Amino acid sequence: MSPELILFLVLSLVAIAAAIGMLISPNPVYSALFLVINFSTVAVFYLILGAPFIAMAQITIYAGAIMVLFLFVIMLLGAEKLAPGKVLPYQKPLAIGLAIVLMVESVYAVLARNPSDAEIIVPTEAANSIDAMRDLGIMLFSDYLLPFEVTSILLLVAMIGAIVLTKRAKGEQE
Amino acid sequence: MPPINFNDIEVLLPLIILVIWACLLLLVDLFIPKKHKWLTALLAAFGLALTLGFTLSQLGSESNGFCATGKPSICMVVLDGFSVLVNALLLLTGLLGVALAYGYLKRMGIERGEYYTLMLFSISGMMLMAQASDLIIVFLALELLSLPLYVLSAFARSNSDSQEAGLKYFLLGAFSSGFILYGIALVYGATGSTSLSQIFEIASVGTSSLLLTIGAALILVGLGFKVAAVPFHMWTPDVYQGAPTPVTAFMTAGAKIAGFAALLRVFGSAFPNLSEDITPILWALSAATMIVGNLLAIAQTNIKRMLAYSSIAHTGYILMAFVPYGNPEVAPVSIAAGLFYLFAYTITNFGAWGVVIALEQKESKGLQISDYAGLRRKYPVLAGAMTVFMFSLIGFPPTLGMVGKFYLFRAVLSGGYTGLAIIGVVTSLVSAFYYLRVVVNMYMFAGEPKTDNEFWLRFTIAGAALVTVVFSLVPQGLFAWASRAVLKLF
Amino acid sequence: MLLEYLAIAVLIVLATVVALIAIGLGGLFGPKKKTVNKSMPYESGMMPIGPGTRRMPVRYYLIGVLFILFDIEVVFFLPWAIVFRQLGWFGLIEMVVFVAILLVGYVYAWKKGALEWE
Repeated sequence: MSPELILFLVLSLVAIAAAIGMLISPNPVYSALFLVINFSTVAVFYLILGAPFIAMAQITIYAGAIMVLFLFVIMLLGAEKLAPGKVLPYQKPLAIGLAIVLMVESVYAVLARNPSDAEIIVPTEAANSIDAMRDLGIMLFSDYLLPFEVTSILLLVAMIGAIVLTKRAKGEQE
Repeated sequence: MPPINFNDIEVLLPLIILVIWACLLLLVDLFIPKKHKWLTALLAAFGLALTLGFTLSQLGSESNGFCATGKPSICMVVLDGFSVLVNALLLLTGLLGVALAYGYLKRMGIERGEYYTLMLFSISGMMLMAQASDLIIVFLALELLSLPLYVLSAFARSNSDSQEAGLKYFLLGAFSSGFILYGIALVYGATGSTSLSQIFEIASVGTSSLLLTIGAALILVGLGFKVAAVPFHMWTPDVYQGAPTPVTAFMTAGAKIAGFAALLRVFGSAFPNLSEDITPILWALSAATMIVGNLLAIAQTNIKRMLAYSSIAHTGYILMAFVPYGNPEVAPVSIAAGLFYLFAYTITNFGAWGVVIALEQKESKGLQISDYAGLRRKYPVLAGAMTVFMFSLIGFPPTLGMVGKFYLFRAVLSGGYTGLAIIGVVTSLVSAFYYLRVVVNMYMFAGEPKTDNEFWLRFTIAGAALVTVVFSLVPQGLFAWASRAVLKLF
Repeated sequence: MLLEYLAIAVLIVLATVVALIAIGLGGLFGPKKKTVNKSMPYESGMMPIGPGTRRMPVRYYLIGVLFILFDIEVVFFLPWAIVFRQLGWFGLIEMVVFVAILLVGYVYAWKKGALEWE
């Protein structure tokens, strides 16, 4: 077994345990913290797959910024003190059924891949992280320039939206 | 080698101008005092008109933009007759949207300059959608057009219905974006590309792959949410009822046009090979949407809710045009008919919503169908215009709606989908019941409707009524344009 | 590729171990005499009133959202910086356009007072 495989096996156990912990923990704040652990292990998976940029984005954006907002919303609503809400009677079987469908489908997606297009799907064969990120940078700033610029417009619109919806104009009554 | 050149800019020129205009408007609006927000509206309209001019100057040119280095066939965006026609239609929608919004926002006390900026951004997303030739762009365009609409739905912040509309639309919209994104991921997994032309090539050589079909189906589900097709329509009545009325008018037309443009781009250029699987699904979606939309509209007493269900029903009629999309003999005619129907629906719809806006009072008053009683006696012109719009929505002559339905049913029949055409005709007859109820209320009963004298609103209503009637007498030119526009797609 | 990150892994392990040791030693050797007063949260000798957790003010939401947006912007700088020399002038223009669009948002947020804590 290669060291990468061992790392993967250990971390996948951690990731699964953290995901289960997130689901069953009664306190939403603990759930959020379990999710942080899960995000971080997934970031290492991206590294193993040779995608250092995604790994970094996963840590800074998901485990960092987005979790801050999650925790904030939990604390804003005081959700950590709420009694568990009503559960639909068919919720559990439905969730399990859908999860099985998703699992079967993911397994199929992996198996159905033609061996011949394996070369397309491997993200990078760069020797180190800097090279991998250089490959990505070249793609992002040449072929994928338009999506990159559109992203900034999207961020701008999100910013305007957040301000319009929450910021009171001076002297405005709610 | 520079990664972009002037051709790339040229392909997207109207869009780029609109985005720059929107950014500048956002900043300029900061310095326009609250009393003079008419200036923001005027500037927004001017920007839309300018962009419309540039769009029309692109008529007849065809090009690709933002292509991969060394591979000129793999491109991010495309400029063709279809995109020009759809963009022009979208910009028209925007102009009508500004005209309807100005007086309303002031009357309801929710006037803020961001309304127009957000609308411009939404339209730029829709235009990008019409030009997309890569699934990544499709997704980004979808988000760019949806985000401002979520915010606009909740624009009347002190009104809890508006808040609810914004939240509902946002949650279900995000959910449907998830479907589309997942579908795109599966398609990428199956073909190794996100470029629509590449997907088509790879899919046409290999044996049909289940993964690709599932991906396409998920994209269809997501777009079904966006255009409000049954059974993905649950959010529609609440959102359309709760959102400020001009926003609803803009959404029913703009989001539909963009959604159908995406449907056509994605399925028409990437998945024609899957038509054996997809066509029956589209058939069922279209039939269900027509039936459910029209039947549920009957039970409504609130005009906004009724028009929301009517909008769902019309989604069904337009979806009809896409059913034979994989058949290169029928598809151009039926898609052209679909485009014509979109135009007819846009004009009629804006007119009808204009009348609703004219009669709406503060705190959601004046929105019951019974509030329209006595309109003929007090405001005969308004009542006449509303009658024209209701007739057009049913499909009575001499209105655009009739011509649209005629082209549509003819195309569907020539494709051999007799059952669908029969459902279309029968549901149209059913729809007469609830549209005519408005007319009966206006003409037969006594009441005291109230409306303010707002020039642009009146102007839009009168113009829409005029176009609805006049263009129905000379529809050939427009239909010929639509036919030319889609010819190269198949 | 993973070997590059060995140092970070070692650091994470060390930090965890040191923290565990510190807590463990305290628990092992420290005296444990529980009284009611000792198990109270410390509030300057006052009797604590009300719940210990506070609800966060909603104003923080806007700051949080703006933080995410600019965070996403910053992430794109890393690959750009790595290939900056290769891209040359066009790379600079690309990034200037990207930043300029977000700058519009920044100016807007500023003028609207979204960055102020009223």
